[in-house]
Amino acid sequence: MIPVAVSVNGRHYREEVEPRLLLSDFLRHGLGLTGTHVGCEHGVCGACTVRLDGVAVRSCLLLAVQAQGCEIVTVEGLAGVGELTPLQEAFRRHHALQCGFCTPGILIAAEDLLAQVERPTRAEIVDMLSGQLCRCTGYTAIVDAIAEVARS
Amino acid sequence: MKPAPFEYTRPATVDEALAALARDDAKVLAGGQSLVPALNMRLLRPAVLVDVNRIAGLDRVETAGDTVVLGALVRQADPRVQSHPVLGAVLPHVGHTVTRNRGTICGSLAHADPAAELPVALVAAGGSVVAASASGRREIAADDLFAGPFTTTLATGELIVESTWPTPGEDERFAFEELSVRGGDYALCIAAARVRGEEVRVVVGGVTPVPTVLEVDPDHPGDSAAEQVDPWGSIHATPAYLRQLVRVLVHRAVGRAREGAP
Repeated sequence: MIPVAVSVNGRHYREEVEPRLLLSDFLRHGLGLTGTHVGCEHGVCGACTVRLDGVAVRSCLLLAVQAQGCEIVTVEGLAGVGELTPLQEAFRRHHALQCGFCTPGILIAAEDLLAQVERPTRAEIVDMLSGQLCRCTGYTAIVDAIAEVARS
Repeated sequence: MKPAPFEYTRPATVDEALAALARDDAKVLAGGQSLVPALNMRLLRPAVLVDVNRIAGLDRVETAGDTVVLGALVRQADPRVQSHPVLGAVLPHVGHTVTRNRGTICGSLAHADPAAELPVALVAAGGSVVAASASGRREIAADDLFAGPFTTTLATGELIVESTWPTPGEDERFAFEELSVRGGDYALCIAAARVRGEEVRVVVGGVTPVPTVLEVDPDHPGDSAAEQVDPWGSIHATPAYLRQLVRVLVHRAVGRAREGAP
């Protein structure tokens, strides 16, 4: 077992973990933060996307021990209790989710795109979404929601 | 799908990493965007993972004359490398936005996936890598690095510490084409072209075990390229279809490079 100390959504945690524990499982099973979803576990579906030291990453492709000393933001940490971020608000307005399984990862990945590219085009938003699978086929509304925030 | 147990070590220096790698059941963990899926699916069961992510200085980007030297930890999304004519053309095709945030350029070279873009790009650019081990360092030209699918000429205990990317000259143009089943997937076929005056250099990937330089007829680059490959085919594409892809993508890549040529 290896000690790991991380900050998740502003709260500090100190745990002992096996080296092979994935960050996604650490967040869900170790810390009880089940907003981060696990789909494919090989980096294709994007459901497990979280922010690590300011950058969106696949939490299923990181070991928990690799997050030692890092600041993590999960979907639970995007807005305060009872509040929505402008992007979450746009998702609600545009019906940009159906079952919601993919939504936490898409929110984090979309915030990452908005942080990296000042005014992403529709094509750039679609390209980013190639790494975030939605099986309810709700992409049009998702693109609309992100594009609206990109314009504002 | 969870990894089998392994020991984990997080060296602070290259020398510590090389000492930890001096055994044949150790693997380097850099970006982990190919290695961790393989661990999760238990395609790989290394005894030791050597995590190089905390080694200071390995994320350097240095421009030396007409080449750019990238340390082992330069990520595929690194803004410092996107203006390079070859890397800037190729990197948008490598995985997805989020995997590029983490995946490294040198790691993709060491992984040597036959359907990956960066190995083809390094061969097309005429680049090289520096491999370090406990017994010293050596430079390996791109043409000598790739030995087969997922196989390089790196020896046990060697770590790619940097890759060198020559920048095409003022009189040269580079173009890159690929077709994949979905955006961000590995490619069915990759074609890279470098044009300087009448000279044409074509490299293909995805349809060959390693990135392969083809000597093409400058008047019929696509047709002559298609005659030189013998794709093995897969569940996604027949050999005949892949050969047709070589014809079309080489034709397009050479055409685009010539359009941009001064």
